[in-house]
Parts: sequence; C-alpha cells; structure tokens
Amino acid sequence: MPLMPVVLWTDALLYLLLVLLGGFAWHAARHEHLRAPWRRVARSRIGVVTLVVLGCYLLVAVLDSVHLRLRLADPPGATSAETRYSPEVLSLLDLALDGLRSQSEKTYSAPFATHLYVKEAIELPDGRVLRDYPRLVHGGAHLDDPDARGLDILWRGLLGALLGLALWGAILFALSAALARRRGIAPALMRARIKAGRTEVPWRAALLTLGLILALVGAVALLAGHYHVLGTDKVGEDVLYQALKSVRTGLLIGTLTTLVMLPAALLLGIMAGYFRGWVDDLIQYLYTTLNAIPGVLLIAAAVLMLQVYMSNHAEDFASLVERADLRLLFLCLILGVTSWTGLCRLLRGETLKLRESDYVQAASALGVGHFTIIGRHILPNVMHIVLITLVLDFSGLVLAEAVLSYVNIGVDPTMNSWGNMINGARLELAREPVVWWSLSAAFVFMFTLVLAANLFADVVRDAFDPRLRGAA
Amino acid sequence: MSAPLLEVEGLSTTIGAARVVDGVRLELARGETFALLGESGCGKSMTALSLMRLLPPAGRIEAGAVRLDGVDLLRLSEAEMRRVRGARLAMIFQEPQTSLNPVMRIGAQIAEAVRLHAGAAAAVDARVLELLRAVGIPDPERRAREYPHQLSGGMKQRVMIAMALAGDPELLIADEPTTALDVTIQAQVLGLLKTLQQQSGLAVLLITHDLGVVAETAERLAVMYAGEIVETATTAAFFAAPAHPYSRMLLESLPTADKRGARLAAIPGRVPPLDRAFTGCRFVERCPRALARCVEQLPPWHEAGAGHWVRCHLWDADLVDTATVAEPAVAEGEQVPVGEDAAPLLEVADLKVHFPIHRGVLRRVVGQVRAVDGVSLRLRPGRTLALVGESGCGKTTAGKALLQLIAPTAGSIRYQGHELAGLSHRRMRRFRKDLQIIFQDPHASMNPRMLVGDVIGEGLQALGLARTRPERLRRAAELLELVGMPGAAVERYPHEFSGGQRQRICIARALAVDPRVIVCDEPTSALDVSVQAQILNLLKDLQARLGLSYLFITHDLSVVAYLAHEVAVMYLGRVVEQGRVEEVLERPRHPYTRALLSAVPVADPRAERRTLRLEGDMPSPSAPPPGCHFHPRCPEARPECALAYPEGRAVSATHRVHCILVEAEG
Repeated sequence: MPLMPVVLWTDALLYLLLVLLGGFAWHAARHEHLRAPWRRVARSRIGVVTLVVLGCYLLVAVLDSVHLRLRLADPPGATSAETRYSPEVLSLLDLALDGLRSQSEKTYSAPFATHLYVKEAIELPDGRVLRDYPRLVHGGAHLDDPDARGLDILWRGLLGALLGLALWGAILFALSAALARRRGIAPALMRARIKAGRTEVPWRAALLTLGLILALVGAVALLAGHYHVLGTDKVGEDVLYQALKSVRTGLLIGTLTTLVMLPAALLLGIMAGYFRGWVDDLIQYLYTTLNAIPGVLLIAAAVLMLQVYMSNHAEDFASLVERADLRLLFLCLILGVTSWTGLCRLLRGETLKLRESDYVQAASALGVGHFTIIGRHILPNVMHIVLITLVLDFSGLVLAEAVLSYVNIGVDPTMNSWGNMINGARLELAREPVVWWSLSAAFVFMFTLVLAANLFADVVRDAFDPRLRGAA
Repeated sequence: MSAPLLEVEGLSTTIGAARVVDGVRLELARGETFALLGESGCGKSMTALSLMRLLPPAGRIEAGAVRLDGVDLLRLSEAEMRRVRGARLAMIFQEPQTSLNPVMRIGAQIAEAVRLHAGAAAAVDARVLELLRAVGIPDPERRAREYPHQLSGGMKQRVMIAMALAGDPELLIADEPTTALDVTIQAQVLGLLKTLQQQSGLAVLLITHDLGVVAETAERLAVMYAGEIVETATTAAFFAAPAHPYSRMLLESLPTADKRGARLAAIPGRVPPLDRAFTGCRFVERCPRALARCVEQLPPWHEAGAGHWVRCHLWDADLVDTATVAEPAVAEGEQVPVGEDAAPLLEVADLKVHFPIHRGVLRRVVGQVRAVDGVSLRLRPGRTLALVGESGCGKTTAGKALLQLIAPTAGSIRYQGHELAGLSHRRMRRFRKDLQIIFQDPHASMNPRMLVGDVIGEGLQALGLARTRPERLRRAAELLELVGMPGAAVERYPHEFSGGQRQRICIARALAVDPRVIVCDEPTSALDVSVQAQILNLLKDLQARLGLSYLFITHDLSVVAYLAHEVAVMYLGRVVEQGRVEEVLERPRHPYTRALLSAVPVADPRAERRTLRLEGDMPSPSAPPPGCHFHPRCPEARPECALAYPEGRAVSATHRVHCILVEAEG
C-alpha cells in the first residue's frame, strides 16, 4: 500500500456529523413539513449565496479531515519486507497544497514580494558583504528582473481567472442540462431562464457567486506556484496555507461543539419540561449552577489540566498532530459543556407548553407511553428551535475559538487556527515596519465565514419562524 | 328622514390577491344599532377596519366611498383621518385581554385617549372618572389606579368602551365585543352598550356572528357572505322571514330545544376562497336551491319587503312564488330511548381537583385553587350528560380528571364498578380504550407533523389493537368514512383541512379505539354556526348508531337544549343544579341557572324575556366566598346563605338543587 489512512478523533466525529446531516436531509426530503422550510431557504437569494460560500469552506474542511501517512521510499539496500511509513500525518489538503506547504522562506515576506522583509548580510560573488533585502528562495524566483513582476502577476492572475471561469462554464452547462432534463425542456431554454433569473431556486445568484469564487481560486492557484500570495510568517511559512488549514479548526469548533452539547440539551431540556416535579427541579438546579460558573474560567482550568496530563503522558501520542487533535476535541467538549444550558432552557420552556397541548393530552388519553409521546409529539415539534439555535451558535463558537486561542487556552499552539494567527500577530503589529498580512488573512477568512454563517442563520430562522410564514 | 350618519358605497378591499370586501353598501342613521352578521372569513372585520382605514399592511382599499356626515373618509389625508378616529368614529375589539397595555394603569390609558380629544389638562382626571362611572365600573377612583391584569375580562371590555367613548364619538364600531366573554358578562356588556346609546344618541355598528346577539340589540342588519352583503333588513323582518337561502339556513342550523330529535340543517361545504373572480352567486356551491343562472349571473338586488333587500335570483319576479316556499322538512332523526333507567356507566362521587399554590424560596404550599370541589355525576349508557358553566368554573378540569389526565385530589370515579381514581399510568391503560376525549380547538389538537392516518391510528398502535401500519391506515380510512370524510385523507396533513373537517378527524381518532364514553370538551365552540350544526348532527348520529355516552362540556345552553339528556350546572367548582334537561332548562330552580338561562341571547326578537342580570364576576376559586358560593352575586340572597354551603335538595327524583330557597320534595 502506498499510504496508510489515519483517522483522528475529530475526523471520525466530523464523518459522523456528515452522516447525520445526510440522514437528516434524506428524512427531511420525505416529510413535507420538514421540506417546506428548507425549500424556503433554497428559494432565498441570500440563502443560496451563503450556502455556496459555506459549501466551499466545508469542502476545504473535509479535504483537510482525511488524514494519511505516506509510504517512505525504501532506503537503498534495505532488506526487510516491512514497509515503512512516514511519521508525518498529512491530509488530502496538505497533499493538494504540497507546493505551498514545502515552499518556505527564511522569515517574513510581504504578499507578492520577491525579497525578504528584513535586511540581511549578503555575500556578493566578489567577496564583499552587503546589507540588503535578499531574494526569496521561492517567491518570484523565476523572474530575472524582480521589478517587472507587475506584468507577470497580472498575466498569471488573468490566466488563472480564465481557467477558473472555464471550469465554471463547464459546471454551468452540466447543471443547466441536468435541470433541463428534470423539467423536460431544452437546455438552452433552461439557460435563458437562469440568465433572466426566472427560476424558483435563484440559480443565477448561486452561479454568479460560484463563478466569482472559481475565478478567484483559479487566479490564486496559478499565482501561488510562483509567489506567496499572502506573504510568509516569522518562520517563513506561507500565510495562505496557514489560513486554509485554519478553516478546518474553525468549522470543527463550530459544529462538533454543538454535536457534543446537543444530546445533553435535548434530553435534559425535554425531560425537565415533560416530567416536571423533582426531575425539573434537579435539571434546573444543574443548569443554573453550571451557568453561574464563568465559562472562560472553566475552559482555562480544563485546558490547563489537559496540558499537564499530556506533558506527563507524552509517550501516549504517536505524533504532534494526534496530540493537537485531542486538545481540539477536548476544547469542543468543554465549550459544549458550558454552552448547552441556553438551548436546554429554551427546550424546557417549549416542552412545558407542548405537554399541555391538546394532541399530547389526546395521546395520553389513548394510552400512549411517555417516551413515545416525547419521541413522536414533542421532539419533532421542538426541532425547529434546535436548528435555529445551532445555526445561530455556530458563528459565536468560531469567534470564541479565536478569543480563546488569543489568551492561550484555545487549540494547541502547533495547530493552525485563526486564533493562533491573531495571537502571533500581536507582536508583529508592534514591530516596525508593521507585518500586517497574517492578521489580515485571518481576519478576511474568518469574517467571510462568520458573515456567511450569520446571514444563513437569519434566512433559516425566518424560514422556520411560524410568525413570519404568513408574510412571506 | 334625516341624512344618514354613515354611508358606505361600493367599498372594495383587497388583501394580497384576495378581495375580502367586495362592493359593500351600508347606511347607518344616528342613534341606530346596525349589525353586520356573518361567519368567520366573510370579511366583516375587514369592512370595519376599512371604515377606520386601519387595514393590515397588505390590505388596500380599491374602490368605494365612506361618507361620515357627508365627508368622504377615504379622501382624507392621514393627519385628517387621525382627527376623525376616536373623535367621531371609535372602535372596540374582540379581545379585551390584548387591547390594553399591561404595564400602564387603567386611568393612565383612558387619560391618554381623553387628552387627545379634550383641551383642558386639568379636567382630564375628572373626565376619566366620569367615563369609568359611565361604563358601570364600581369604585372608579380605585380602579383607575389598577393595572389591566387586576381586572376581569368583562371589566377590561368596559375599560375599552370607556376609552372608545373618550372622544365623544358619533359612531362606535364594535367588532365582536362579547365573543370572548361569558354569557352573564356578555349580557352586562350588551346592556351597557344599549344604555350608553340611549343616553348619548350614539350609533353602533355591531359586528358579530351570533344571531342571538343581533336579535337582542340591533334594529337593522346586513348579512355578509364571502366579502359581499347578501341581505339587508330590519331585525324584525329578518327573523320573521329571512329571504336569502344562506340566512335561512343559518337560522335553521341554530340548535334549540324545539329541534331535539331532528337533524339540524347544516350548510354543506365551506366559504369559498376569496382570491378568485366570481361569475355568479357566491353561495351557489352550498345552496340547496341553486339554479342554472346562479352559476353564470351575478344576482341583482331584489326587494323582499319594505326595507328588506336580498341579493338572490330566487327573488326574480318570475320566480318569486317559489322563493318563499319553505325548505323541505328536515329528516326526523331516530330518537333512541336507550339507557333511561340502565345502571350508570360512569359514576363520579365527590370528585375534587385542587391545585396547590406555591410561594417563596422553599415553595411552601400557601393555598389551594379549588378548580373542582366535590362534583358528583352519573353517566348512563347511550345518554348525553351536559356539564354547563362559565369559563373558570372547573368543567374542563373535571372532564380531564375523569380521564386521569389530571390527577384528582379526592373522590372516586367508578367506571363499570372499577375505581379509576389514583390508577397508575400503566394500570389505567386498559380503561383508555373505553374512555375518550374530543377537544375544543381542532387546530391545536392534532400534531401538525403527523399524517392524518397516523393521528387516527395512534390509539390503535398504543393499545395494540392494530399492530401493522397498513392495517392501521385501512382502519383509519374506514373511520374517516364513518365521520363523513373521504378515506383518502389519511395520506394528508392536518393543516390541509378546515376547522370542521379537523374536528371530524379528532372524532375519528377518539372513535378508533371503540370507546363507550366520550368526553366532549366544547367541541363546537371554535366553529361557525353552520359547521357546528354538522358536528352536532354527526355526534347525534354516532350516538344512535354506536350507543355512545357523551359527557358534553359546554357553555352554550342552546347546544345543551338540543343535544343533552341530562344537565349539570357548575359554578365555582361545584354542581349547583342537576337533572333531566327539560327539568333544568324549563323549570330552573337555582338562581344561577335562571340567570344563566336569561343571559343567553335568543335568536328571536319577538321572544318576551325577563332579563335577570347578574352583577360582578365569578370569584376566584382560590378564595371562594363562605357559605353558598353564589350568594355575593345572587339577586335573592339572604343572610343565611353566607353561613354554610347548602345541602343538595331533591326537587324530583332526578332533579337536585343546592339552594336553601328550594323546598325539598319528598
């Protein structure tokens, strides 16, 4: 085998989440009352645009969640039949961005720079030593005259954008052909409809967004082979690569946390509301107590304890990646523990209302058991609250990760995350001249994700809110 | 005759694509009460809102003129219109609970309205008290300082009227002013409106669905159907001889004592959706006497008598003979005298349901809400026992306690000799099959996320009567046919059906497990009169066919008179009078029963009635008055009444009354 797959804990949970998502989609497609609000989401222009953006982020995160170890080339003269694998755990994203990953410089360099950002002593061929900005090893190395890079950048950028648009054109044709076939009309007619924006699902908006993204990706992809598009950091690592690797961290924190907290919130919230009495008292005391503990304090304590454990049991971890992964998982857990109370309280309130509803009373009069009533009548009728809460919480959690990493109780320092990038930028901004690109890159990536998630959450909430249903 | 105060001509209003008011024409004289009558969704509230120009955002007045004293309100600017609202044209709404700001004192809210119209600031307080006194609120100085939640529903509606009167309007639009109130309170409020009108010459546009209220208060009326007026007449002429087939069927679908044993004339179908264009008469699909031209041609106005106009082809000159011909007589329903003397199926003795009131950190019990406080009932097989009372008297709680949906505090419930009180969820299960319930609100009583077939099949599954889903669906389809619905409805969701259809589905769900007793908790009070008639007919048929016993919980005495065999009247958690329906309704002995009966408006303006108005509201069940619970409101109370709760006295073998004024017989 040329490679050995490695499944990290968070990978497994992400796969589980995707399977659950797929299962839910399959279930929702069969039930009109579940399909109708999602159809409203799909028919909103903001809804599809943000879906495309979120989809791109998700693609990056999924690619970055398939981990493996490459087989090492047999050293010459090796006799053992045992195949040896590299100790380094890589993801598909790492392999795809191999160029970016390996092309590191010595230290800081600005975006599209050909020279380092700091002066160094350069030994000239004639033996003299000159203090100047040395040429980069990779960035713009193909240029004979570094001052003429403007034209080169423009040309490569345009070519990349064109390639991206060509891919987009192919997608457009395939999509319109598929849609036309489903509707039984000519593909040309379908394309005309999309162009005029006369489709139920606003395909035009979705395709325009996709076109924009593909053009951008194409341009960056061609440029990234010869330049550091977003510069390099202190140790010369490409910032674009770091920002892309951080996508997975952000998405995982946002989603796995909710996955962790969901069962507790659902079970306890519904039980408190349905059974009332001492069950309710107990659960209420539990979450009011938990809510009274400052969240940051609890997270700091838990993360520090884990750190101590990990440094005492360093031999338990096969690689740095596994170690960082465990810390990420633990952070998700502890964030989940501190954030389930809000949802739990909402669910308790809603269940209190639902248990008095006539259909629950009718079910009890028919002798239906408690747990069947919960499963059949209460759970499906509180799902919209769960969904709205999850989507709204997501962006808050992504931002929380940045804050926690900034105060050093977030993810492992070796792990790429926007929080770590911002943390590093603390010193860079105090430098003269200022190194601005790390912070800007983290900001732009995070901002796009959170903005898309917030807009999407608004659309979802409007689609599921029964009070707004009549107005739409 | 002087010029009319209000003249509405060709008023048309649309909301989105629906034309909810279409060519409405009205005239209203000073000091007159004019009723706009119609079922829900026929556009009567939208007419009122159009007059006030207070339509919801999607609404638009398309055409027409609304002239108040010759001034067209539709041509005024918004600023000018604001001066008309309140000062000349005031409105009160159906729901007094939501029409008052809960964080403002009553006095301040009325003062706000007064200040808008009165000049001098000093006189405001005096005017507020004067208004409160005018609407009959006792102790106005104290009440003005209270908040809305401290007032009962009837009091709140009085406050709303006081606010509407603040600007001395010439016309008061009352949109279902008493629908949310109990009958005794309704009688108070209607009486108040009448008095105010006589004092100040106010014109009232009364919007209601209640034929009884119209008969008692209005001088003239208009019947609305699907956005247009189909008949207009004086009240006397209308009730003597309604001209439009719709009006006639509405009157015939009212349940009364005279129609016992007969089926009610239910109007089939439902009001057509208003977002389409009508080519003919709007009622044609539901009209039993529709002609070919009714479909093709809009009916013009015909005069059916002096000041009596009707929009119906049947009144065409060439057809007028047939128009007055009475409806074919309704089929006589078979009256099965089952179980007159049979052993009671369900026997309730001294049932009590108390809810503890917790207070403080340690949640100590500081008192009890005595929702049901010693109720004894007997339900015989195949009979209907009506439990009658106003809201808050504990009748619904009693019904739910009977099915162990609420745990009773004390007392016994014996079903066929088995004690049900205190049974665990598991042990109660074998009796679930026999005891079922139908709820008031058909919109809330089905899980919106389940198919109709699964809703009906739920009991079959829970009690293990039908193990597989196809079997359950087949049974559900049979049950739907039984309640007069197509069996194909099993594959659809509840929201696709109208209120009446949903109530049928709820009945099918209850019938699924083949019960002997059904507790009907106000099953028709959320429905329109014509739909109510369908459901009452269905319940009566099912009783005749399946020998069901009903415990019929209601506040509507006309339904009781039509459907029930026995009646128990509840007041503040206790039964004050019970007996056979003829005994209780025709010869009521308890003063409360008498007051209740006299408060019910009768849809017959010629009916001579002694008006017996109750003052005040029902006391709180957490602190019932000592002695007889009713004595603080009782017109015949004596000092002894406050001493002890009166024992039950038998008036006849079947008729018992809890009142010291009644001499026991035998």
